[in-house]
Amino acid sequence: MLQDAPVLPPRQDTIAAIATATAPSGVGIVRISGPDAIFTASCLFRPKNPLDWSQWRGYEMRYGTVLENAEAVDEAICLLFRAPKSYTGEDVVELSCHGGPVILRRVLRAALAAGARLAAPGEFTQRAFQNGKLDLTAAEAVLDLVSARSEQAAAAARSARCGALREVARALATPLLALSAQLSAWTDYADEEIPDLTPAEVRDAVAQACAPLADLLSRYDSGAAVTHGVTAVLSGRPNVGKSTLMNLLAGYDRSIVTAFPGTTRDAVEETLHLGSVLLCLKDTAGIRATDHPVERLGVERSRAALADAQLILLVLDASAPLTSDDFALLAACAGRPCVAVCNKSDLSRRADLAAVRASVPRLVSLSAATGNGLDDLRQAVEETLDTAAFDPAAAMLANERQRDCAFRAHSALQEALSSLEDGFTLDVVQILVDDAIAALLELTGERVTEAATAEIFSRFCVGK
Amino acid sequence: MLDIIVIGAGHAGIEAGLAAARLGARVAVYTIQLDWVGNMPCNPSVGGSAKGHLVREIDALGGEMGRAADAVTLQSRLLNLGKGPAVHSPRAQVDRRAYSDRMKCRLEMQEKLELRQAEIVSLEKLADKDGWAVLTRTGAREEARCVVLATGTFLAGQIHLGELHYASGPDGMPPAAALADSLRALGLPLRRFKTGTPARVHRRSLDLSKTTPQSGDAAAVAFSFSASAPPKQRSDCYLTYTNAETRRVILENLHRSPLFGGQIEGVGPRYCPSIEDKMVRFPDRERHPVFIEPCGADTQEMYLQGLSSSLPEDVQLAFLRTIPGLEHCQVMRLAYAIEYDCVDPLALRPTLEFADHPGLFGAGQFNGSSGYEEAAAQGLVAGINAARKALGLPSVILPRTGSYIGTLIDDLVTKGCAEPYRMMTSRSEVRLLLRQDTADRRLTPLGQEIGLVSAEHSSRFEAKLAAIAAERQRVQALVLPPTEALQAVLRAAGTAELPSGARLADLLCRPQLDYALLAPFDPSRPELDPAVMETVAIDLKYEGYLRRQEAQVRDAARLEECPLPEDLDYAVIPSLRTEAREKLAKVRPLSVGQASRISGVNPADVSALLIWMEKVRREGRAHRGQTEEAAQP
Repeated sequence: MLQDAPVLPPRQDTIAAIATATAPSGVGIVRISGPDAIFTASCLFRPKNPLDWSQWRGYEMRYGTVLENAEAVDEAICLLFRAPKSYTGEDVVELSCHGGPVILRRVLRAALAAGARLAAPGEFTQRAFQNGKLDLTAAEAVLDLVSARSEQAAAAARSARCGALREVARALATPLLALSAQLSAWTDYADEEIPDLTPAEVRDAVAQACAPLADLLSRYDSGAAVTHGVTAVLSGRPNVGKSTLMNLLAGYDRSIVTAFPGTTRDAVEETLHLGSVLLCLKDTAGIRATDHPVERLGVERSRAALADAQLILLVLDASAPLTSDDFALLAACAGRPCVAVCNKSDLSRRADLAAVRASVPRLVSLSAATGNGLDDLRQAVEETLDTAAFDPAAAMLANERQRDCAFRAHSALQEALSSLEDGFTLDVVQILVDDAIAALLELTGERVTEAATAEIFSRFCVGK
Repeated sequence: MLDIIVIGAGHAGIEAGLAAARLGARVAVYTIQLDWVGNMPCNPSVGGSAKGHLVREIDALGGEMGRAADAVTLQSRLLNLGKGPAVHSPRAQVDRRAYSDRMKCRLEMQEKLELRQAEIVSLEKLADKDGWAVLTRTGAREEARCVVLATGTFLAGQIHLGELHYASGPDGMPPAAALADSLRALGLPLRRFKTGTPARVHRRSLDLSKTTPQSGDAAAVAFSFSASAPPKQRSDCYLTYTNAETRRVILENLHRSPLFGGQIEGVGPRYCPSIEDKMVRFPDRERHPVFIEPCGADTQEMYLQGLSSSLPEDVQLAFLRTIPGLEHCQVMRLAYAIEYDCVDPLALRPTLEFADHPGLFGAGQFNGSSGYEEAAAQGLVAGINAARKALGLPSVILPRTGSYIGTLIDDLVTKGCAEPYRMMTSRSEVRLLLRQDTADRRLTPLGQEIGLVSAEHSSRFEAKLAAIAAERQRVQALVLPPTEALQAVLRAAGTAELPSGARLADLLCRPQLDYALLAPFDPSRPELDPAVMETVAIDLKYEGYLRRQEAQVRDAARLEECPLPEDLDYAVIPSLRTEAREKLAKVRPLSVGQASRISGVNPADVSALLIWMEKVRREGRAHRGQTEEAAQP
C-alpha cells in the first residue's frame, strides 16, 4: 500500500516564525523556511554591503538592517542555508536580531508582509522530519511536540480572553455569513423571492464588516502593550535626569528584570514592567542644537528613536526655566503619546508647567532621585496607552497568529471592495467574502461552507 | 455470472448501467416498473443552479443525462445571468414521458446490457467466491461480481397524505420492502429520510390569464457539449403566488398534517420544505411563489412548483383554490410526502463502494442525496468503478477541486449528511474554476481515458480546445487603435479611455466590456462558436481570481496526494485526540486531505497523521533493508 516515496510532495509555501523562546533574551531569531525563503528575506533585509542574493552561498552570514515598510526595525545578522543543507531541508534564512519581543515581532511581521505564512506549532520540526533531516527516533519526539502544542493551544483556547475573542470573531463573521448566505440563496435559488442584491448594498455590507476588523487590528497594538511590550523612549535635553529615571524604572520591579535576563540591548535599553505595561525603554542621548559632529550623530539617533517610539517619556528639569531646546522637544511631542516628566520635584520649581501642558497635556511631577511621584508616572503611562482600563478578559488579538487571521480577513474584504469598485460580478465578491469568513472562523474552529449553508436555510424560505 | 447488477432504473441506475456496459462489463439493470425507467416523480425539469453544472459534467465524462434532456426539452434557460460566470447554470423543462421513453430505449439498445422488470427481495454475499447474489420476488437468482444499489425512494417507501399512510413507492408504484430487511441484515447502516412533491392539475381548469408567463431564453443552450444545435423553446411556464387566504386555510388545518402530527420520523430536506412548513417557519412572508410547469408536450398535466404538501386531500383542494389562476383547478394527482430507507454515506468510499462490503456500491437517493442530477452523477461514478473493479482495473476518484461531482461525493462520504443532500454552487470552494462552460475542459480528458467518450464527442472537444487556443492568441496579438469611435464606446461603458492602442485581450479584461461591444472594432473576427467566445472572455476577465483559486487547489493537492491506508489502525497513533480517532475510524479517509475535511479532525491531528505515515514509511524501508541484508550470503 505504501510506496517508498516521501509521504508529502514538497510544500509550496514559505513559513516564518520567531524561532527562539518567547521569553526575552539577548538575541532572538526569526526563521524563514520554504521555496521562497530567500526572496522573502530579500524583501526585508538590506545587507550593509549590497550584494546579489543569488551569489550568496549557504552557511554565509551578512550584517545589515531589517526593514518594515521601508523603515529600519533593527540591525541583524542574516544567515543563509540553501536546500537541502538546512534544518528543514528547504531554503532557510535566519535573522538574528536583538532579543526584545517588540523587535522580533516587527521582524516577523515584515516577513509575513513579504509573503511568508505564519508557521504552525512545530512546523519547522515537522518539515525537517518529512524532508529526512531527522532520524526515526525523532518521530516520537515530533509527535509528542505536536500533541503538546495542541494541548497547549487547547488550554489557551479555553482561557477567558480567547473565549471573548472567539465571540468577537463570531460576531464579525455573522454579518458576513448573512451576506454570503444571501448571495448563495440568491444564486442557488434563482426562482425564490430572494431580494435582489445590488453591488451598492453588497459594498455597504462588506464595508460595514471591514470597519470593526480594522478597529480590532489597531487595538492589537494596545493589547500588545500588555503582552508584548511597547517601544518607549526617554527623551529630553542633556542633564535633566533621564539616566537617573532609567535606573529608577529599571529597579522598580527588579524581579521582572531578573526574570528576563539579557533583555538589555546595550547600556541604554531595558525591558521592564511599569504597572500593567511592559516597556522596552530606550535611554537616548540628550537632544539639543549642537555643532559637535560626534554629538550631532547621537542627537540624530535620539530624534529617530523619538519618531519611532510608541510612547515618549519627555523628561524636563522642573528646577530650571524651560529652554529653547525644551520648547523644541515639546513641539516635537505635541499630539504624540507622551508623558511630560517634570523631574527634580524635590527641588524648588522654576519651570512654567502651564507652557508644558500647552503641548503635552499629561504631566507628572517626579523626583528620580527620591522616587517620589513614580506611582503618578505609572498611572499616566497606563492612561496614555489606554491600558489602565484594559480588561485582561476582553477580546483582544493576543498574538501574531490571531492578528494574522484578522489581517487576512481584512485583506480579503479590502479586495472584495476593490472588485466591486472595478465592476466585477458578485460571484467573485462572494468568494472573497468566504475567504474572509474562513480566516475569521479559524479563530472559532468552524468551517465556512457548513456555516454558510446552515445560514441559508435558517434565513431564507427556499425550495420546490 | 454477470459482471454488474444494478438495482433500480432511475437516474442513478441508468447512468450506472450504461457506463458499466459501455466499458465492456456484462450488466443487468432491474426495475420494479419497466414503463417508468428514468421517471421524474417530482419536477419535470433537469438542471438548475449547480445541478446544471452536474449535468454538463456528466455529459463531459460520457454520461447520458444531458443528451436525453436536450432531446426532450420544452423550455431552456440559463439561470443567474448577470450574477457572474461561476453561477451561470442551465435548466430545462422537459417532457417527462418522452424522457422516460428515450432512456428506456437507450438501455434496450445498449450492447451487453439487459433491462429486466422484477422486484429484488434479497441481496447476499457469495460464500465461496467474490461476488453477490440477488433474488427476485418471482424466485429467479442472479449472481454478479458487483452490485449497484440505486433504490431511490422505493426502499421501504411509505406515503403520507394527511391522516392516510400506506406503503408505496413514488408515483403510485410498488415499494421495495423486502430488500430493506435484507440490506439491514447485511449490516448496512440504514436510516430514514423524507421528501415530498406537489399536486398536478389539469391545464384546462386553470385561468392562466391571472398568472405571469415565464418564457425561455431567446437563445437556448444545450446541456450536451456534443449537441449540434440548441434545443427549441416549445412551452412557457407561469408564475402565481399564494396569499393570506392560502395561509389561513393551511394554518387552520395544520393539525391534520403528518409532519406536525409526528407521524413522520424521517428527516426532510430544509431546502425543499412543504408549503405548510414554509407557512410555519416564515410567518412574515406574505406570499410564496408558485411556478406552473408543463409535464410534457402531449399532456394537460401541470406541475405546481412551490406547493409540496402532505396535508389531506380536502385541505389540499381548499388551499389550492385560494391561489389566483387555480380557483377552479382540477387536481389530477395529489401532493404527498414519502419516507424511504437510505444509507449513511459515511460507510462508502469515494469510489461509492462500501468500505466493509467489497463489490457493493451505492448511488443516488439511496446514498442520502436528493435530486435527479445528483443521482445521475453518482450513478455514473458507481457504474464506472463497479465496471472497472469487475474488469480488474484501478478505481477512479474525482477530486473535490476538479468537479461538482467530486465535491458532491466527497461531501457525502466525508462529512455525511443529516438530511437529503442537494448540490449548490456555494458548496464548492473553487467555483470559479468549476464553471459550467469548462466542464468539458476539466473532465472530457478523463472521460476519454476511462473510455466513455465517443469518437465524435472527442473530435468535437479537441476542435473546441484548438479554437479556444487560437482565439486567445488572436486577441493577444490584435491591437485596436484609439479611434474616437472606440473611445466613445469606452466612455459610454463607464471605463477609462485609451492613451494609445490596446490589445483586444486587454480590453476584454475590463468588466465593463465584452465581445459584443467591441465587435465594430474587431472586423477581422472569424466566425466563432459562442461557447468558445464565452470561455475565452471569462478566462481573460477573471484571470486574477482564477489564479487565486488555482493556488488554493495546488495547496489542497499536497494533502490530497498523500494516501492513507484503508486498514490504518487509528487506535495506535499517539497524539490523535479521541474525537478525531473515532471519526477517522468511521470515515476511513483515503488521503490526508480527505481526513482534514472530517468535522472533528483539527490541524494538529492532521500533523500527527502525516508524521505517523512518515514514520511507518521509514520503518518499512528499514525493515526491507534488513531483509535484503539477511538474504545476502
